[in-house]
Amino acid sequence: MKLGFYPGCSLTGSSREYNESLLAIAKEAGIELCEINDWNCCGATAAHNLNKELSLSLPARNLAIAELEEMDELVVPCAACYNRLVMTQHELDEDSTIKAQIEIKLQMPLKNGIKILNVLQFLEKHIVPRLDQLVKKPLAFDVACYYGCLLVRPQKVMKSERFEDPMAMDAIMQKLGAKPIDWPFKTECCGAGFSVSKTEIVGELSGKIVRDAVNRGAKAIVVACPMCHSNLDMRRPAIDSYLNMKIDIPVLYITQAIALAMGLTPQQAGTQRHFVPVNLPVNR
Amino acid sequence: MSKIGVFICHCGENISATVDVARVAEAAGKLEGVAFSTDYKYMCSDPGQTIIKQTIKEHGLTGVVVAACSPRMHEGTFRKACSEAGLNPYMCEMSNLREHCSWVHDKSEATTQKAIDLVRTLVEKVKLDKPLFAIKVPVTKTALVIGGGIAGIQASLDIANAGHKVVLVEKDPSIGGHMSQLSETFPTLDCSQCILTPRMVEVAQHPNITLMTFAELEKLEGSIGNFKATIRKKAKSIDESLCNGCGLCTTKCPTKKIPSEFNTGLGFRTAIYVPFPQAVPNKPVIDKDHCLFYKNGKCKICEKVCPIGAIRFGQEDELVEIQVGAVVIATGFDVMQPAGFPEYGYGKYKDVITGLQFERLASASGPTLGEIRRPSDGKIPEKIVFVACAGSRDPAKGIPYCSKICCMYTAKHAMLYQHKVHGGKSFIFYMDIRAGGKNYEEFVRRAIVDDEVNYIRGRVSKIYEENGKLIVRGVDTLLNAKPVEIEADMVVLASAAVANPGAEELAQKMHVSYDSYHFFSEAHPKLKPVETNTAGIFLAGACQAPKDIPETVSQASGAASKVTILFSNDELSRDPLIAVVNRSPAPLFSTCVGCFLCASACPYQAIGEELITDRKGNVIKRVAKVNPGLCQGCGTCVAFCRSKSIDIQGYSNEQMCAEVIALLNNE
Repeated sequence: MKLGFYPGCSLTGSSREYNESLLAIAKEAGIELCEINDWNCCGATAAHNLNKELSLSLPARNLAIAELEEMDELVVPCAACYNRLVMTQHELDEDSTIKAQIEIKLQMPLKNGIKILNVLQFLEKHIVPRLDQLVKKPLAFDVACYYGCLLVRPQKVMKSERFEDPMAMDAIMQKLGAKPIDWPFKTECCGAGFSVSKTEIVGELSGKIVRDAVNRGAKAIVVACPMCHSNLDMRRPAIDSYLNMKIDIPVLYITQAIALAMGLTPQQAGTQRHFVPVNLPVNR
Repeated sequence: MSKIGVFICHCGENISATVDVARVAEAAGKLEGVAFSTDYKYMCSDPGQTIIKQTIKEHGLTGVVVAACSPRMHEGTFRKACSEAGLNPYMCEMSNLREHCSWVHDKSEATTQKAIDLVRTLVEKVKLDKPLFAIKVPVTKTALVIGGGIAGIQASLDIANAGHKVVLVEKDPSIGGHMSQLSETFPTLDCSQCILTPRMVEVAQHPNITLMTFAELEKLEGSIGNFKATIRKKAKSIDESLCNGCGLCTTKCPTKKIPSEFNTGLGFRTAIYVPFPQAVPNKPVIDKDHCLFYKNGKCKICEKVCPIGAIRFGQEDELVEIQVGAVVIATGFDVMQPAGFPEYGYGKYKDVITGLQFERLASASGPTLGEIRRPSDGKIPEKIVFVACAGSRDPAKGIPYCSKICCMYTAKHAMLYQHKVHGGKSFIFYMDIRAGGKNYEEFVRRAIVDDEVNYIRGRVSKIYEENGKLIVRGVDTLLNAKPVEIEADMVVLASAAVANPGAEELAQKMHVSYDSYHFFSEAHPKLKPVETNTAGIFLAGACQAPKDIPETVSQASGAASKVTILFSNDELSRDPLIAVVNRSPAPLFSTCVGCFLCASACPYQAIGEELITDRKGNVIKRVAKVNPGLCQGCGTCVAFCRSKSIDIQGYSNEQMCAEVIALLNNE
């Protein structure tokens, strides 16, 4: 079984620590992740708003290379990349004409059979079964599991009944010893792309999320998306100014939380790279 | 020599728009044995039928092929026309050029060619048709009504008042159904129990109605006019003939905290119980799952207190067989438990309830005696939010259809709340207001204008608890199109109306079709709304689709009238398309060798044996014999017969063979 890995742009830049912590816990668990050779942009937000063919051929090229490299599963940690890849696979499955056109464009065959895993699916399948042995320092505090929008959507592909109230991350955090709070803000909008153009909107939307997590006693917010992370962490000044107070709850990638629970150092988990200092309650 | 007439119908443009009907008629005219061929715009119309009748007489036709729609639609029409012209009706057959050709193909040469092929094969079959005569069967003038809600009650009373016997079977301990749970009914706000309970009593006292409560259909065999139904009378653990309904046992039962089904879990009942005070029959049953004696062998307090010794521990289910001529299915609907909507917090927050639960809160016979008090702490909610379409019209997570009743009952709920809680504030989140019905729109306007209910057009995204309030987050899509947040004390979800959990199983037991939502299917969406595809079985009420009380009652009366029409005949004619074992002159008598494989294959136990004797009464041969009253013409025996001794009349092996050869001989 060959496990492919598509990092996408964020994991090589603003969310390096996501990449570092993911690779660190995979290594701890003895899992090899093979990065796709010569991968390209997933198309992000821009492509599918402008050019349908481009929005399908960009992700399709990555899928085709992964197939040529005989990967059985493909791990895509960034929620946006995952959404684009999985949507492409779905749309090409539905429409054989477009698929044929894309194959000509790519000059590569595409069986379209690779199993694409988002970070939660990867963790559930490959890391969670090994957690009992690997958790050395359980996280004994309350956490707020924040899913955002893309991780559980689109519904027609994900087929989840609980896309307004997902539980996958909560279950993993419980395995780490943490107590996920009962939280209605799990899938609230963080402000997404307004991060760049209208930061004050992110301040308000993310502010409500952060404030409620604190009010309900969470000591950390756990995320699984680079965009969510940057809005909740990097945009903390905008949040603080909307809330008129300083809030210091840290925001962890779920992979970082696992790394810490496995007893890896903060440097291995990459927590020093955050804007909001990661000060967690001392275990036990 | 056959003289077949071929009549090609245009079906308006349904067939002629894709099939070149003139060419089909021309090609048919050239077939061997065809004496006449023509096409016409509407063959089923009076002039169309006249063409057929006149041609039969003028040309002395020996067989007729009508190439038109499905035989399900008009076979009866054309067979009747033929018999009026003196031709045996079973010498007339239909070639389905509409459903099997023009509707499923585009206009092309190949489509016309297929139509010609279809006609040619049928001509070959009709050449081998033999005159057949309808089988007469007597009608058992007793109706079985399944389900004792308002639909079943209405249907039973109508049939019984027409002078026929009715057996009404209800799975719960009392009849009354969902209507007995309702508070007041739209659009008149008359009390549901006040209009229903007299009907319930009438059912119980009607000399023509046999009421079986706590009973379910186990098996249904036979066909129209002559069904045999097996009813499972579940053990009530009491002697019904002795019990006088004094109710002493229910007051002394020590197991008192069982959530009451009638009160939708908002109240409690005992293990020996009558579902509600106005129940019919007003006699208790023991709930074996909760009864202490059934659980661990100790208690029997009810037995001790019963003044007439009517308690029967260890009583067993009883299977009763009844003969009926018709069946009315009136099994009603269920309310979806909004578990698929965790974001609405149903099940997590006590004060988020369903519409049916609100009915119990608002009902004078309910757990709060009609006061609107919230389940968590019994306080009167000052602010209440109603969420319409909680599950309905939601292809992504719920069900795509409209539940039809929720717009009206939600308006009623808000109205009742405003009448009972002065100064209270009510909000309704809705998608559209569907108030199509007599006085319905006026009713909704009353809620908005007179009772000042706040209607917000938009959906609710989530409901959560904060500082003891339920925060309802939604959107107002009108005016400013802004997100809305309401701090409510109680939330009512108008959860979707869905089919009963056992509907699919019941449909299969009775061989009636059902749709993908497990609602029973009517035979035709417009013209046969109360019939099913199985003759003699009719539908009433919300088991067919969600519907309100007036519509349910109308349909129930419709079904009842269909039953009485059926019962107005002393005997019914059945198509003679049944299996027969061949007979031939002595010394062979029949090719049947008497292996009786056919008898073991027959799903209807229709095959018995016949002894062929000589004049002295000595048995010469033992052969199979089909009972024409039981045979359904399924043809399983034909496939099983090793010596090809059984045929279906009108569908013989020879005829099937002729059709296939005609297809293969495509020039």
